[in-house]
Amino acid sequence: MQRSLFLMALMSPAAFGPAMADTPRQLGEAYSAAAGAAYQASARRGADFYARKFGVSEKLASCAACHTDQPAQSGQHVITHKAIKPLAPNANAERFTDPAKVEKWFKRNCREVVGRECSPGEKADFIAFVTEGR
Amino acid sequence: MKRAMLFFALAALSAGTRADRLPMPADAPPAFKAECGSCHLAFPPALLAADDWRQIMGRLDKHYGDNAALDEATRRQLEDFLAKNAGTGRRVARPAILAGELPRLTFTDRFRKKHDEVPASTWQDQRVGSPAHCAACHTQAEQGSYRERELRVPGMAGKRHDHD
Ligand code: HEC
Ligand code: HEC
Ligand code: HEC
Repeated sequence: MQRSLFLMALMSPAAFGPAMADTPRQLGEAYSAAAGAAYQASARRGADFYARKFGVSEKLASCAACHTDQPAQSGQHVITHKAIKPLAPNANAERFTDPAKVEKWFKRNCREVVGRECSPGEKADFIAFVTEGR
Repeated sequence: MKRAMLFFALAALSAGTRADRLPMPADAPPAFKAECGSCHLAFPPALLAADDWRQIMGRLDKHYGDNAALDEATRRQLEDFLAKNAGTGRRVARPAILAGELPRLTFTDRFRKKHDEVPASTWQDQRVGSPAHCAACHTQAEQGSYRERELRVPGMAGKRHDHD
């Protein structure tokens, strides 16, 4: 029994692959740490940020413009109309597991919607909100 | 034997040039679908000319009202792939574009001709939203197939599989 468990662990790419996947929590914690030792991520601040209309782009007004006001719902790209899978890890287990992908999309979407890069604290809050998954 | 080979060669050639099949080239790097297929369909490279692709890939940070910027290694890899598999000649001819605008495959003469029966009301339908939203009508577009019997055109009576 123990031997077969050990074998399964060995064969599982997630356990031994070179690019070990992070969990949304680990990612959120990493952004919190980057925001400063005393930083406490807040899902409420994240919710406000998620829905806020920044007034930078008319079409790409807010994060919710493409991701809908419920991160657990499927969204739609406001220009191309292509469907976007839910951002909430509860609804889409692939979310916030690949740090490079997460960072790439924060970079793009923050520039277009907020008009600048998001701070580590804003990213930690955002992740705290979407992982609540409601 | 020779005749049979010629026959197969011809059959392969005509399959490859059928107007309703735009399969993904076999040398497509995984990054093509991952990067260029995240906001819209990973468009078939054959629908634009090599110069058009280079122009698009040269300013990904200002991409039709969005930001599609990539790291330089991936950007170059995809630009090479697109230029190599680009279309040529009449297949990709399009009217001159205004300075500062990016080329669009939906502006080519060929795209216009193939879609001239689509009424304006359909292009504006919420379920379509944009001519570049191929999958709104071509249900197998992700698989590179544009056959008539796979069409499901929102708000367009008379097209088979209309879902109104
Ligand atoms: C114009 C539409 C659009 C807007 C506006 C938008 N996004 Fe996105 N976002 C996308 C698309 C498209 C993807 C990637 C598609 C996919 O992976 O399903 C994505 C993916 C992401 C991801 C990657 C998550 C993961 O792990 O896969 C993050 C993080 C993200 N967006 C954050 C934001 C934030 C923060 C805002 C607001 C500042 C925002 N987005 C606004 C379209 C948008
Ligand atoms: C961040 C989102 C995003 C990413 C990533 C992206 N695009 Fe786009 N793309 C858009 C938007 C928005 C449009 C405008 C669509 C419209 O007007 O309907 C567009 C339009 C296009 C068009 C013109 C379509 C037409 O109307 O004929 C081409 C060609 C294109 N993209 C190629 C690419 C390529 C190649 C890549 C990968 C390097 C890429 N795109 C990645 C958002 C994106
Ligand atoms: C509003 C619905 C709609 C959208 C969106 C749309 N098409 Fe079409 N497409 C049609 C119709 C209708 C035809 C004509 C089919 C026929 O009569 O054979 C067609 C024909 C075609 C054909 C020719 C097939 C043949 O048999 O010769 C191709 C190729 C094609 N479309 C590609 C595309 C691509 C690529 C996109 C996105 C960039 C796109 N279409 C977007 C409705 C649409």
